[in-house]
Amino acid sequence: MYRIVKKEPLNPSVTRMSIEAPLVAQKVQPGQFIILRVEENGERIPLTVAGYDRKAGTVDIIFQIVGATTEKLNHKRQGESIPDFVGPLGKPTETEGLKRVAVIGGGVGCAIAFPVAKKLFEQGCEVDAITGFRCRDLVILEDEFRANSTNFVPVSDDGSWGEKGLVTDALKKLIDSGRTYDQVIAIGPLIMMKFVCRLTKAYGIKTVVSMNPIMIDGTGMCGCCRLTVGGKMKFACVDGPDFDGHQVDFDEAMARCAAYKPFEQKAREAACNLFSMEVK
Amino acid sequence: MPNMRNTKNPMPSQEPLVRAHNFTEVALGYSEAMALDEAQRCLNCKNSPCVQGCPVNIHIPNFITRIREGDFEGAYQIISADSALPAVCGRVCPQESQCEKYCVRGIKGEPVGIGRLERFVADYHIAQGTGEAFLPEKNGHKVAVVGSGPAGLTCAGDLARKGYDVTVFEALHVAGGVLSYGIPEFRLPKAIVKGEIQGLERMGVKFLTNMVIGRVLSIQELMEEEGFEAVFIGSGAGLPKFMNIPGENLKGVYSANEFLTRVNLMKAYEPNANTPIQHAQHVTVVGGGNVAMDAARCALRLGAASVTIVYRRSLEELPARKEEVEHAMEEGIVFKLLNNPVELIGDDDRNVVKMRCIRMELGEPDASGRRRPIEVPGSEFELETDCVIMALGTSPNPLIKSTTEGLGTHKWGGIITDEDGLTTCQGVYAGGDAVTGAATVILAMGAGKKAAAAMDRYIQSKS
Repeated sequence: MYRIVKKEPLNPSVTRMSIEAPLVAQKVQPGQFIILRVEENGERIPLTVAGYDRKAGTVDIIFQIVGATTEKLNHKRQGESIPDFVGPLGKPTETEGLKRVAVIGGGVGCAIAFPVAKKLFEQGCEVDAITGFRCRDLVILEDEFRANSTNFVPVSDDGSWGEKGLVTDALKKLIDSGRTYDQVIAIGPLIMMKFVCRLTKAYGIKTVVSMNPIMIDGTGMCGCCRLTVGGKMKFACVDGPDFDGHQVDFDEAMARCAAYKPFEQKAREAACNLFSMEVK
Repeated sequence: MPNMRNTKNPMPSQEPLVRAHNFTEVALGYSEAMALDEAQRCLNCKNSPCVQGCPVNIHIPNFITRIREGDFEGAYQIISADSALPAVCGRVCPQESQCEKYCVRGIKGEPVGIGRLERFVADYHIAQGTGEAFLPEKNGHKVAVVGSGPAGLTCAGDLARKGYDVTVFEALHVAGGVLSYGIPEFRLPKAIVKGEIQGLERMGVKFLTNMVIGRVLSIQELMEEEGFEAVFIGSGAGLPKFMNIPGENLKGVYSANEFLTRVNLMKAYEPNANTPIQHAQHVTVVGGGNVAMDAARCALRLGAASVTIVYRRSLEELPARKEEVEHAMEEGIVFKLLNNPVELIGDDDRNVVKMRCIRMELGEPDASGRRRPIEVPGSEFELETDCVIMALGTSPNPLIKSTTEGLGTHKWGGIITDEDGLTTCQGVYAGGDAVTGAATVILAMGAGKKAAAAMDRYIQSKS
């Protein structure tokens, strides 16, 4: 069993948890992911790590409540445990030799972008952190990003936080103002990563994206997480989750991610009903 | 006097049209009377040709003799001296190409139903629950086993019996490997697998789940920091193969590994399962091995109106066990033989809706000795389908290879070993699909057994 040593809401639908998993904490690096189950017979869900404390033996996850499993996970209290927590899985984000990087986080993707930005910043890299949210109420990790970036660029869809606009607008502005980057790292919704890649391709800036497809085992066995990258079949769990964004077939990835949408919707409603019955 | 009837006692089974709609076991097992009668058919040959056909060399005539005497538990003890998984082997071994192939009774009629008798004995033992836990005297040496499939379980069992302190590392949340995630409930009930694993636990074997060796700990760390004197790698098969034809990433296209993992490991067939699976109407399975049969029969049980197997060679070359093919046919699965998919076609929403196939004919024998399938020009046709399952085999998982310095592998990814299972690293042994590529449960068990003996010799020679 893996104990939830700390739980805090970051906004109404996003929660941060520190999970006691000393062996994982010992090895995990930014960009890698874990797989957890919330209960016996529960499904396995992958979450890219949001942080870790090797001394305390804990791994941080930040998740948005989108389906039945995240609903159930969010229902767990601090001090309670989950039965399964396996990792670190996938390859770490490559940061070696990078001097000037734009790290872009979209929505809850900021949770994964943050440890990457932090690692880069700590190794002396100039980091422009562009973070985008729909509105001020959904903002997470603002202080953390501010403290670990050369330039912090907040944007929101409705202008209620930072500049009004999309992360692509902010990135374009920075590039056009003369900022140069060895690399752009973009982590967020598929549609955001697709458009960041479209922009950076035009400017000829190498762009790395973190893919989060549907997975079952996550260890290189089932093949569910396959993507088309550069015209070839790749598996996010062992070949990624980071890929050269200019090579990724995002439209295909978006379709595959939506394969179980109706099921997920129904399952979440069922989980919510169960919890509201308990409350009554 | 032995019973000289030329036919085996048939296996009592669920009716095909009933079982096609449930996930409970197809074969129901011999009754005591059937087992006693079948045991009478064994001639107890002096040179026991059947034993040579068994990858783990079970003393077959001896255990059958015990059955004849009514000593079923005694029969179990004879089997379990050589096999860590009697209840599993009695169900999934291809006996027709192993022990039973060499049975003298098979010359003039059907061989003795060795597999069915093995299963009877193992099930008797489980039902009695009398098995005193065998607690071997500890010899003070620590060994690690990576992977808890048939190779790993056998290796762990043999070493534990010799007194080793054995720890098994499993990447998934349950032990059993392919026995848990791959082979369906109706062919191998998971309670049986669990029972065999609990038996090993009673013998002192420790199982650590959620441990991906190569990531959380490397083989080197196991040996240098965790104090394991030898390691056995039985990490099994890896990523599924695809055909490299257009449309394989459409929604509704699964690898057999994914489809079976959803169904078996994650119990997606249960009404309240948390893991979804598509309940398709017209399922097409590509491939002709046991895994293809398992996937097809699972799809049928999930409620498909039609399930079709597309295979590029003919019935004769189907690599699946004959019994599995017969079971599938009885249940109503359609075999489209001598056909090969060339393209999967999707709708606007990227759901697979059609498979374009081409007819094949058999030419000259190829390197495998089987006649090579050749496309018939201009013979393309389309099949309506809303779910395609690719059962084309797997390639080895690259994880342990890429994280273990000095571990030699073949070009295709399999780990290189000598005949005892020793890899190119001292103290590191390997066996099963990780070495051979996709093969059978019993061959993996044979490899685990050989490696266990070699690991014992290695450690004893050091100390």
